[in-house]
Amino acid sequence: MPDTRERRWRGLDRLDARNKAPRSLFIALLLASATLITLDYQGGPDSAMEPARRAVGEAFGPVESVTAAVVRPFTSVPSWLRSQGALSDEIRDLQAENSALRNEVETAGFDRNRLESYDGLTQAAQDLGQALVPARVVAFGPSQSFSNTVTIDAGSEAGIGPDMTVVNNDGLVGRVLRVTRSTATVLLVTDTESIVGGRVGSSMEIGFVHGRGTLADNGGLDLRLVDDAVVPAEHDTVVTWGSTGGPYQPGVPIGEVTEVYSSLLETSQRAVIKPFVNFSALDVVGVMVPTGTTSDRAVVEADGALR
Amino acid sequence: MSRARVLVALAAVVVALVLQVSLFPHLAWQGIVPNLCLLVVVAAALTIPAPSALLLGFAAGVALDLAPPADHVAGRWALALTVVAFLAARVRQDVRPTAVAVVATVAAASFIGTSIFALTGLLLGDAWSVAELLQVIVVAVVWDVLLTPFVLPPLMKLFGRLDPQRMTA
Repeated sequence: MPDTRERRWRGLDRLDARNKAPRSLFIALLLASATLITLDYQGGPDSAMEPARRAVGEAFGPVESVTAAVVRPFTSVPSWLRSQGALSDEIRDLQAENSALRNEVETAGFDRNRLESYDGLTQAAQDLGQALVPARVVAFGPSQSFSNTVTIDAGSEAGIGPDMTVVNNDGLVGRVLRVTRSTATVLLVTDTESIVGGRVGSSMEIGFVHGRGTLADNGGLDLRLVDDAVVPAEHDTVVTWGSTGGPYQPGVPIGEVTEVYSSLLETSQRAVIKPFVNFSALDVVGVMVPTGTTSDRAVVEADGALR
Repeated sequence: MSRARVLVALAAVVVALVLQVSLFPHLAWQGIVPNLCLLVVVAAALTIPAPSALLLGFAAGVALDLAPPADHVAGRWALALTVVAFLAARVRQDVRPTAVAVVATVAAASFIGTSIFALTGLLLGDAWSVAELLQVIVVAVVWDVLLTPFVLPPLMKLFGRLDPQRMTA
């Protein structure tokens, strides 16, 4: 009898030792996490974690691209059911044409003002003379991480570098944060960290467009105008203000004003912008690169030709 | 922990991470996807020895922090998933956990993990209101609980089969 009892105790003992999470290891890992956070937070854009990010990105990027390519036929099944074969092609063409026309209308005010404004035709031609590198979105950052970022399947080999403007045929998508050889991470304009210089197309007033961190269609963006005397009108189009050194190219449509708030406490007007881009269904995007960039794929030149 | 087990556990994390960023966003509700990495960590904490589970939690967290398109301050998911692994390993008893117990563990782990991540964000100066954070956390918990019946049993069987002490028992 004592024998069996002892064996049972020993057994329990062993199980106990296996189950008990070792406090020392737990605390060591907590400290390691805190160290990572401190390193990354203090370092900012050139933190010690950037090389690690890049290395992990080089490994995960191609895997994400392949996975996205594998699941794409399945995720597009619903649209196949709605519109088969040629019909779906036709709809896509019409949608592209529609977007192009809408863009033209949206930026008409801005363009007219632009032509009249001092920097003139040549500057506008230079600014808009951008080539596009086409890419597809292969991975989305989860909303649980409270940031709106995506991975695209074009990287430094396609001629993409940090701070380049990313658009699709509806308007501004975001900017490139960092690149690996075959992928790039894009910060969407809806991210709470994202601030874009915006200009109201009809009045040429400038302001800053802040992301609100949500992908919901009505979530939108916030526009704060620099001049608090100006009230943007509803349905005014907002385009990027842009600068030669900064990340965003000028004249890219961002969205339209849906609501305007002004309060005595706030020093500037706050308008809610509904983005033209549907961020929860991003697929094909273009990265604006200087003309003549060497790329591993066909580049859409400023005049619409493929190169 | 044998080499094969380390490899299988890491492979599970990689597969979970890639599915989480590349497949599930197509099914997501406002960008909120099931946190498959967290499910892998909970499954591991419920089956493999606690020290290994803790290390796996930390490794999965670091992967979530660094793999593209992540752009938040690195180390936040590492912290959250280490705590999740620790708590799930404490909850575990050596009898086979019932289905209800597993679902309850996942729900608690998901709530605690996402909350820790959100709170570290607030400490580092993210401009989010508590209501917005809670909405995301609640949806995340619902997603994780919904996927539990499909993900946890095969994972626990996989990890359990690799556990030498359990095999001899």
